[in-house]
Amino acid sequence: MFRVTEQPLNLQALVDFVTAPEAGAIATFIGTTRNNNEGRRVIALDYDAYPEMAEKELQRIGADAKNKWPLCRMAIVHRIGPVQITQASVMIAVSSAHRDAAFAACRFAIEEIKKTVPIWKKELYEGGELWIGTQSGQPLPGR
Amino acid sequence: MIVRIKFFAILRERAGTAGATKELAPGSTVSDLWEALRRDYPKLDVPGIRLLFAVNQSYVTAEHKLADQDEVVFIPPVSGG
Repeated sequence: MFRVTEQPLNLQALVDFVTAPEAGAIATFIGTTRNNNEGRRVIALDYDAYPEMAEKELQRIGADAKNKWPLCRMAIVHRIGPVQITQASVMIAVSSAHRDAAFAACRFAIEEIKKTVPIWKKELYEGGELWIGTQSGQPLPGR
Repeated sequence: MIVRIKFFAILRERAGTAGATKELAPGSTVSDLWEALRRDYPKLDVPGIRLLFAVNQSYVTAEHKLADQDEVVFIPPVSGG
């Protein structure tokens, strides 16, 4: 399961998807939106994506992880559109026979997502907004 | 040949549109297309930004030669997670 969605994320759906009789471990990761970044007070986040390519890249990450570790199943779902503070923006679930592979693959997946998947985060502040990574947008006056 | 361009994130805001089509001379590269688009959309150039390039949903280099009906996307620094 490798998807982007505008709907709120549901961890149980990912856990159900990776549940397998031969698995002895399921590792999960939830990325949540926080109210501060580099000293800025963040009101909300808005994610944009190139959905067709983002899902292809998520699949590629899954295939790479399966080449690196003996995994059973993997699921990655990234939310796009507006996401309120404290809500989940990304969820990952990995199952494997033993826990080391599941933990490692889960960590690998979130690091890769941040490198290659065409998804973009805009932070909204009081009186400003900023596309993360571009050092542009409309930062607060005086910044 | 005609190529289709999709704009996302900061580039969509800068272009003021989510997509465009462009007629190019045969043999044109991704880099040639970017130069043409910068003329069409003067605000597209974000100072200091490092772009990646995708054709038909796969990463390519700036020297990649385009084909008729290709879907081209200029990818600003990604920030998912």
